[in-house]
Amino acid sequence: MNRGACARNDAGMSDDPRYGTGRSVTLPGPLRLDGGVLLSPVDIGYETYGKLAPDGGNAILVCHALTGDQHVASEHPRTGKPGWWTRMVGPGKPIDTDRYFVICSNVLGSCLGSSGPATINPATGKPWGMSFPVITIRDMVRAQAMLLDHLGVEKLFAVVGGSMGGMQALSWAATFPERVASAVVIASAARHSAQNIAFHEVGRQAVMADPKWRGGDYYEDNDPPVAGLAVARMAAHITYLSEAGLTAKFGRKLQSRPEKPDGAKTFGFDADFQVESYLRHQGLAFVDRFDANSYLYITRALDYFDLAEEHGGLLANAFKGKDTRFCVVSFDTDWLYPTSESRSVVHALNAAGARASFVELKSPFGHDAFLLESPELDRVVRGFLEAGKA
Amino acid sequence: MSLRPDLAIIAANVAAGSRVLDVGCGDGALMAALRDTRQVDARGLELDAGDVAEAVGRGLSVVQGDADTDLADYPDNSFDYAILSQTLQTTRHPDVVLENLLRIGKHAFVSFPNFAHWRVRASLLFGGRMPVTRLLPVAWYATPNIHHVTVDDFRALVAERGITIEGSWFLSGDQRCGSAMANLFAEHAVFLLRR
Repeated sequence: MNRGACARNDAGMSDDPRYGTGRSVTLPGPLRLDGGVLLSPVDIGYETYGKLAPDGGNAILVCHALTGDQHVASEHPRTGKPGWWTRMVGPGKPIDTDRYFVICSNVLGSCLGSSGPATINPATGKPWGMSFPVITIRDMVRAQAMLLDHLGVEKLFAVVGGSMGGMQALSWAATFPERVASAVVIASAARHSAQNIAFHEVGRQAVMADPKWRGGDYYEDNDPPVAGLAVARMAAHITYLSEAGLTAKFGRKLQSRPEKPDGAKTFGFDADFQVESYLRHQGLAFVDRFDANSYLYITRALDYFDLAEEHGGLLANAFKGKDTRFCVVSFDTDWLYPTSESRSVVHALNAAGARASFVELKSPFGHDAFLLESPELDRVVRGFLEAGKA
Repeated sequence: MSLRPDLAIIAANVAAGSRVLDVGCGDGALMAALRDTRQVDARGLELDAGDVAEAVGRGLSVVQGDADTDLADYPDNSFDYAILSQTLQTTRHPDVVLENLLRIGKHAFVSFPNFAHWRVRASLLFGGRMPVTRLLPVAWYATPNIHHVTVDDFRALVAERGITIEGSWFLSGDQRCGSAMANLFAEHAVFLLRR
């Protein structure tokens, strides 16, 4: 669906309707997907910030995580919350929109303006549902490359992403090395581990076990499987935090109640513990802004991701003979994509002779650390980008 | 900004335009000097996350890692020089680290504080205590130096391993001193080696 009608031009730049926040475009395609299907047309919801330099040399693509979106530094249209990475992207921030032309697009398969199971299949006039083709991280990247063509961006000064965004950054460097000068890969991995796949399968089964899922055909009744999706989100959310972080925030503290301000066990199954209440809230808040089928498709894309496999089983082959500079960052309490995964990426980059930097930063917040305040991360990203200007 | 004397010697003897791996590069002072003054393509390896962040912030390519465990990841002959300054004595397996340097680099610079300097000897002989000196400023229980080495020890190791010494420089204070009595008078040694 083309949502261009609601596009605003509040970026304070040229009148070119392609640039600004809240944009979308329908590209004719076709996009050849890894699964063999030709997708056409291809809708992409996206935003741009800042001004594209006359020589086109200041474009940075920011790639979002599993349940993220293109609203990296602008208010989310459904939740009204600020952009998901305003601490990193904005005027004067490490990814400085006064200096760089920043692009962020909703990934293929998602539900905020890009083609996915909730968009209309032109062949039937109905939402794709589960007939939407299964996509991969590389397919998301190919769709982004088509968007760059549309925006007139030949080469990226940098591609930056955390978590699944980092996988897209790696995939960019491997798939379109001539179009990427540098890549920042934060709290990410070059493949999904058995444990990663296992957690995702729990989430998918929770969605599919919800009777309202109905094989993915729930759009016309507008009665989505919110219970299943909320459970999926709750399970996933645990993997984004650290045990120490949960203990510090909640411990075994009980919910306060009107009659018992310090909380009390109810000897029932209400959310007695604060951590239960927090997770339930996370689950419920999520279903308001995310499509259950999109969750299935994107977790599938993540599970299929194995960059080495795409390069003859040797990760170094993905980076050989290419000029891209890399900056890899992990967090010590991240057990979803632990430092060891970043180290294998760095190992491969070294073996390929690539210009690579790597640092493991300390944070009590687990995987979510990349989204939170981290002066060290800011310093590394800012310095790394700065160095590429020379 | 002036470089530490041993780093200045290394910087002055690295061929312009070469590829360099600085193992234990700290905040990247030597790498930055090599890049800015000799157009060197420098990469670094450093254990301390704060130093890595500092170095990356200066636009250098530095990987956080440990000389004892992570040098194995680097391919053979991938650099013109591998540099190990003031770090050999802190490694668990200095001989393995040395072999790795010479495998990765066509040449290796190694610099270390000389534990046989007369002041160290005197301190141990007369004081009976582990020396705390300018180059070894930390008490025995807190020092990162776990394999103390002397100039003669190092010469013996490279001879035993059939490693060629292409150059050597000795420092007393910030002054150069002669090779003959270096084991007694040098506080600091810099060796240029190759296989």
